[in-house]
Amino acid sequence: MAAQGRHGGQESNKMTALVVDDNTVNRMIHHRLLDNLGIENVAVVNGKEAVDIHCSGKTFDLILMDMDMPVMNGIEATRQLREMGIRSMIAGVSTRSMEREIREFIEAGLDDYQEKPLTMSKLISIVHKING
Amino acid sequence: MERNPMRRQLQTLRKSLFDQGYLDDQFVQLEELQDDANPNFVEEVVTLYYRDSGRIILNIEQALERKPFDFNKLDAYMHQFKGSSSSIGAKKVKAESTLFREYCRSRNGEGCMRTFQQLKKEYATLRRKLEAYFQLARQAGPVETACRPK
Repeated sequence: MAAQGRHGGQESNKMTALVVDDNTVNRMIHHRLLDNLGIENVAVVNGKEAVDIHCSGKTFDLILMDMDMPVMNGIEATRQLREMGIRSMIAGVSTRSMEREIREFIEAGLDDYQEKPLTMSKLISIVHKING
Repeated sequence: MERNPMRRQLQTLRKSLFDQGYLDDQFVQLEELQDDANPNFVEEVVTLYYRDSGRIILNIEQALERKPFDFNKLDAYMHQFKGSSSSIGAKKVKAESTLFREYCRSRNGEGCMRTFQQLKKEYATLRRKLEAYFQLARQAGPVETACRPK
């Protein structure tokens, strides 16, 4: 059963997602992947915008968080969102492969981590974790 | 078996892109996101890639003109470029990107310059091949789906 999502205060049964990635190509692909699964989604281009959109009152069932971004990276954004009390599923997606770097990202508060490029099967495995 | 000769040609061209190592499975992932509602998705992504990554290539070129090399900056640019290249399945381009980053980490300027020249060749070759592929795909028309006889 899809989790409840909220956009501007309106209740909806459709799952919602936030794509946080500074890369235009990745935003386009992640948007399409989510669309294909019927998940309403919006995209922002760095961690600060991800924090700001939550400060504006919006919440999402799923956040796809890139690691390396200008202004505010994914590690810092994840930390801040958790400090704000955001309990959404946050899945880190990155091209980083060093264990130390991935561990730091996970310890910031991720629920899942997937190596880029994101594929449909990786996204489905993330979504299954939300649905339990 | 594909009856349409243009479609057959398209399939052959597509297969060669994989067999010759220009593309990897990520390109197939993009093709699977294409449907009737988004019939040109792959071409749109590739077009966006070349537009976006063109800027990064320029940044790297300019950075390589400045001595001494700022290897951290070069590596950061290439990290971006490699990410995009990987996302569209550009296998050879991605391999050269990886090599470039290794030269950045070992502070090997000559290696960076040499690899960058090779990377630009692969990048340009892939662009030509994909442009030809998409042009042929447009000429071949959409794939016919099975339907009940009237």
